[in-house]
Amino acid sequence: MYVILVGGGNVGIHLAKKLLAHDHEVLLLEKDARQAQKLATILGDEVVFLGDGCEISVQKACGFGRADAVIAVTGEDEDNLVVCQMAKVMWKVKRALARVNDPSHEKLFIQLGVDDVISATGIIFNMLEQQISSDSLVPLAAIAKGNIEVVEAHLSHRSPAVGKRVRELTLPVQTNIVWINRNGEGILVDGDTEITAGDEIVAVVPTDHAEELRRKLVPDSN
Amino acid sequence: MNVVVFGCGRTGATLALTLAADHQVTVIEQNPEALKRLGYKHNCKVIIGSGLDEEIMAKANITNCDVFFAVTRGDNTNLFAGQIARIKYNVPKVCLRVADPHRAEAYRVMGYFCITPSALLAGMMRDWFLDNEYKGIDTYNVLPKELKL
Repeated sequence: MYVILVGGGNVGIHLAKKLLAHDHEVLLLEKDARQAQKLATILGDEVVFLGDGCEISVQKACGFGRADAVIAVTGEDEDNLVVCQMAKVMWKVKRALARVNDPSHEKLFIQLGVDDVISATGIIFNMLEQQISSDSLVPLAAIAKGNIEVVEAHLSHRSPAVGKRVRELTLPVQTNIVWINRNGEGILVDGDTEITAGDEIVAVVPTDHAEELRRKLVPDSN
Repeated sequence: MNVVVFGCGRTGATLALTLAADHQVTVIEQNPEALKRLGYKHNCKVIIGSGLDEEIMAKANITNCDVFFAVTRGDNTNLFAGQIARIKYNVPKVCLRVADPHRAEAYRVMGYFCITPSALLAGMMRDWFLDNEYKGIDTYNVLPKELKL
């Protein structure tokens, strides 16, 4: 897929890295020259484009017309909205996604033609609502119309998963551990990765299997 | 009529002051300094905040307003605020200042009345110089074909 990201802050950088790792064609737009230069040293010149993603000349130069998805992740809701609307209306881009910072804008963005919104505030609020505690499975986001969940589990030494390798966990079908936050650092996971106490595990799981995953990671409270 | 003006720059202040004689005018502006442009003897209602914030829009009594002008210096702020006014609060008349002529044209296609100051100014200056008669706003307020990409 050809994915255009608008906004080279932290979200943009990490999303670009992730997408590149999955062999997508990625272009990251950043309007600040110094930030763009910094991004180019991290991601490579060919991935970064210096310009304002709201301008038609920039959109044309970046090939909005052939993009499979445009994702606007700047810190300004109004900029993210305009990028997405222009992508949809002017360039007929199939999927336009926007980050929203003010949660009251979420519904409005969808009404105004944005295909999907990502709200950090909403996600963090949900986490607080769930009262993150040790040894629980916390839903971070629901995707694909709620069929898939992104969940996080903070493992104590009591977790049945601790000491095992990922492949020994016999995870539910179609379930993947995406990464682990360990001692403040994110690490990517393969079958040989050993789970240790204190790990924060982020996994993608079909909603139907979330309970099964919980049993693999979280000790029985009874 | 109830008028809401978002943005108290030179355009917003002039608009607010000239309408306030005959209409109920509310000015929304983030920067308290900018409100000095209204002078000290005006009869506008003033609200400090952003037109993108629903609490501020409620304070401005946006649901009962007849016209909403978005005239901040940010094109995208104006475009978003205008859409909020129309879609969320059903304001019957919405007028947006959009400096980028291309962006303005895109949103005109979507049905928004976007004024591009540079296009008006250049058009009227040209007609002044050529001794042409001045025309209606729609003649000037377009993306000139010379600028098309």
